[in-house]
Amino acid sequence: MSHNSNLQDDIIRMSGVNPRKCMRCGKCSATCPAYDEMEYHPHQFVNMVENGDIEPLLKSESLYRCLSCFACIERCPRSVEPAKLVEAVRLAVIRQQGANRMKPEDVAAIADDETPQQLLVSAFRKYSK
Amino acid sequence: MKVSYFPGCTLKNKAKDLDAYAYKSAEALGVTLEEIENWQCCGGVFTTSKDEIATKLSSVRALKAANDKGQPLVSVCSACHNVIKQTNYAMQTDKDFAFKVNNYLKEDGPYNGETEVLHFLELLRDKIGFDTVKEKVVNSLKGKKIAAYYGCLLLRPGKVMRMDDPENPTIMEDLIKALGAEPVVFANRNECCGGYVSMESPALAAKKSNAVVENAKAKGADMIITACPLCRYNLVKNGADIPVVYFTELLAEALGVKEDNK
Ligand code: SF4
Ligand code: SF4
Repeated sequence: MSHNSNLQDDIIRMSGVNPRKCMRCGKCSATCPAYDEMEYHPHQFVNMVENGDIEPLLKSESLYRCLSCFACIERCPRSVEPAKLVEAVRLAVIRQQGANRMKPEDVAAIADDETPQQLLVSAFRKYSK
Repeated sequence: MKVSYFPGCTLKNKAKDLDAYAYKSAEALGVTLEEIENWQCCGGVFTTSKDEIATKLSSVRALKAANDKGQPLVSVCSACHNVIKQTNYAMQTDKDFAFKVNNYLKEDGPYNGETEVLHFLELLRDKIGFDTVKEKVVNSLKGKKIAAYYGCLLLRPGKVMRMDDPENPTIMEDLIKALGAEPVVFANRNECCGGYVSMESPALAAKKSNAVVENAKAKGADMIITACPLCRYNLVKNGADIPVVYFTELLAEALGVKEDNK
């Protein structure tokens, strides 16, 4: 297991999350609507950030499956707020040069006449910098 | 009563109905929505990361503009409201963030989250009152069975949004009752429709949206109402076979001001 303590500190500061509050009940993952499509689930994000095991998260598709629905934030009995860790790791990736997940030229293929602006601006905020 | 109003990008484009019916209904209830001058898009989603400043500035500008007029800031779109309320909460509770924002904006006087942020539903419940709404109904929606779909953004995070109980809300059901119809409560009413993931993974969005519609239908709903253009888009695109309409349209219909829009 790789241990990246610089990145671990960054993620913890950006998110404001204290992963050590987690009691491993798994409720965040049980309530996560994207669970089936995630390689690493919300409780694993918490655990892996606590252990400094960040590299696998950086490469994981799970970053782009989180819906920012705030369900895990609402329902965690320890107020750990796992989605804030998912967001911080995702930002650590897409803030790097050339790491944008979605590019303007990708949109035409996906959008239709009814696509609300809200969908486009939200997707760009989540997938690009 | 006059309030500041933040319409947002979608309400000026794909969700014009949500906007126009909000104006009409508010007027019928004695409230004028005064659009913030030169408002900028809220960005659609609140970035929870504490070191993100730029993406939150448009919300702070809108909040400050309302504060300068001494008015609450009202929005109708669930997403705008979520971003603005979360930004305001950050301005109130995160001193470091507020310091950076105020230093950057260099507005006349600092802003520290003083503005009252209201969703249009809160305006109806807390400022106008559902009893008053009920008195102004001219076309009762009696006989309709309507499912209120909250989604994620209206209610969560509960400690920030403070609109209603995030797990057992009543605000939209109370509105439905005031309009004379029968609310249909269903389990998926505060679960996600898939949101923006319909760009990345349409199959995931379809699964989530279908679960919402099927659950509402199984409980006997013949219509779904929402405050979110993205919820509506996902539900309709993925084949909802009962009408999915904005709550403002329903309100305008009951208040007898719907026709005026055409
Ligand atoms: S915010 Fe993301 S990680 Fe949390 S429950 Fe929703 S989809 Fe899952
Ligand atoms: S719900 Fe909270 S306490 Fe339980 S596993 Fe998830 S983060 Fe840990």
